[in-house]
Amino acid sequence: MNALSKDEFFYGHKACAGCGGSLAVRIALKALGERSIAVLPAGCMSAVGFNFPQLCFGNNAIISTFAGTASMLTGIRAGLKAKGIEDVQTVGFAGDGGTADIGLQALSGAIDRNDDILYICYDNEAYMNTGIQKSSLTPFGAKTTTTPAGKNIHGNMRPKKNMFEIAAAHGIPYAATASVGYINDFISKVKKASGIKGTKYIHVIAPCPTGWGISTDETVEIAKEAVDCGTWYLAEFENGEFRLNFRPKEFSDIGEYLKKQSRFRHLTDEDIKIIENSRNAKWEFIDNNFKK
Amino acid sequence: MARKFLSGNEAFAEGIRLARPEVISAYPITPQTIVVERLSEMVEDGSLNSEFIHVESEHSALSCAMGASAVGARAFTATSSQGLLYMAECLVYASGGRFPIVMMNANRSTALPWNIYGDQRDSLALLDSGWIQAYAENAQEALDLALMSYYIAENKNVSTPFMANLDGFVLTHTYEAVDVPEQDAADKFLPPFETENKLDLSKPKNMAFSAGPASNYIFKYKEHLGLLNAAAVINEAEEKFYKIFGRKYPGLIEKYLTDDAEYILITLGSISGLVKDVTDELREKGGKVGMIRIRYMRPFPNKEIAETVKNAKAAAVLEKDISFGNEGTVFTNVNSALKKSGVNIPVSDHIGGLGGQDISRADIENIFKNMKKGLSDVNFIGIGGDRP
Repeated sequence: MNALSKDEFFYGHKACAGCGGSLAVRIALKALGERSIAVLPAGCMSAVGFNFPQLCFGNNAIISTFAGTASMLTGIRAGLKAKGIEDVQTVGFAGDGGTADIGLQALSGAIDRNDDILYICYDNEAYMNTGIQKSSLTPFGAKTTTTPAGKNIHGNMRPKKNMFEIAAAHGIPYAATASVGYINDFISKVKKASGIKGTKYIHVIAPCPTGWGISTDETVEIAKEAVDCGTWYLAEFENGEFRLNFRPKEFSDIGEYLKKQSRFRHLTDEDIKIIENSRNAKWEFIDNNFKK
Repeated sequence: MARKFLSGNEAFAEGIRLARPEVISAYPITPQTIVVERLSEMVEDGSLNSEFIHVESEHSALSCAMGASAVGARAFTATSSQGLLYMAECLVYASGGRFPIVMMNANRSTALPWNIYGDQRDSLALLDSGWIQAYAENAQEALDLALMSYYIAENKNVSTPFMANLDGFVLTHTYEAVDVPEQDAADKFLPPFETENKLDLSKPKNMAFSAGPASNYIFKYKEHLGLLNAAAVINEAEEKFYKIFGRKYPGLIEKYLTDDAEYILITLGSISGLVKDVTDELREKGGKVGMIRIRYMRPFPNKEIAETVKNAKAAAVLEKDISFGNEGTVFTNVNSALKKSGVNIPVSDHIGGLGGQDISRADIENIFKNMKKGLSDVNFIGIGGDRP
């Protein structure tokens, strides 16, 4: 078990019960400590954490524009350097839409410049703050309020964008995937990233009970199951190499994982077969390209 | 003090060098690009000690500047036209966050149709974004504005971002002899940036938060007061500037031969040079004419304009802008100023220079001629009235 600070840096906020995103932010800040400056774009965590006069961050924190998480981190880092202020973690927490859609340009720029920042994408697989709309990280088949499931179209018809490998393709010093279902692995990666100079990217699966259609006490369990059934994986990219951190001995039942969530309940056996095939293809790629 | 032959862009870059920004976020766009090119050279040769960031868009340029300002660093960026519009979200964010960033905007037409030449529709479209807006007439003023901009923006009663506008090409790319102050003198004028509006590691802060209906209007009112407070600080800056550098600036407006003028043309930016020439010529022929050059569109010189034209028979506005479906934005602002002060004279609006359209001496003479007819119309130079 990783030793974590008893200090709380994100509390008293208005996140929904069982929120995976707030868990990721809370735990990451405990791992990073009080000399952290957090940037959060418009989105779930800023909406629940910064309601004047109820401000919920115990460390320095600021909301950026929706697209501007990485570019504001860049500016903060540059400002700190100009001021000669050292030993500070600058960390961004952006959702899937804020990262893979509207914020991708700024994130790419920051990685390209190798700015000394840690960017954490808490991925709940849709625009949850505005009421569950599809993002480019919404998985195939998921029902959202903009990808309804009906007779003609069964939810989202596009696969999830591969942000981890997109970040890696920049030649980033460190990138990792994680899940709030494997919290010790997440904590280790945050701590490891905090010791690396340059840009770090961590992509953590953080279920949203409201958007996924699960009970509020199932967040951690379902985040674990995503890894166990193989639709998500725990890996790192470092020194130009991919490394797999964990391989389930045997995948748990993907159909069971999907059917637990109301966003997938409409899927036909055929749809589930497509998801299973795509998982298998991904793992073939992992087995061939990732170190163990 | 060195005397150099500089373009408007280069003069502005020299002024920024003297202001010692700690972070510069740079993105190219014609006709601004030369500013960030010159600044990158200054960083390279060591004459400027700044973090020079190659951002990936104008949106990121201003977002980056806000991040720097949020930790108390002096920040600069520059843009133009489409770039300014692309970063529009960040403009209101910077003013709402009270980050005293300085940005140069090379005034340029906005697409469509595509056009790289100068008009003022870009900055005037963002007049309501909560930024101080200054318009330079020449390269010397551009340099001096660059230096004064931080003094004004960073004043704790102002704490408002500053947009310095230079007419694209006509000012950004034309060369003049410019006095470039020494660094010592610039340092005497402009103290280092101090602010409490920043993140603080010894006393953590949450910034750029949400404020609901119960308090939002109070923040907005304070933002308004910050901009109004800028007027007095502009005067203070110009007095101090005069004492140190010997160049005098006249505040929110420049008056040219207006004391006894019966007909006054109100304009802004680099076209003022030609208007002054025409005014001189008409004066030689006995015409009682004068000019007001609006130096600051925000805070707007309501009283100064009304006071200056109150004894005139008529006035006209010449602007490189149109608010489609209504009239020029400068005209709207001027009319409001006159109405509030009870000045009731005919005022006409003259839209010219769109997309770099040439405004000739004859065009300006015509405006003065038409003023005498007491028209209160919107007129397009080269076309005529706006109602077919």
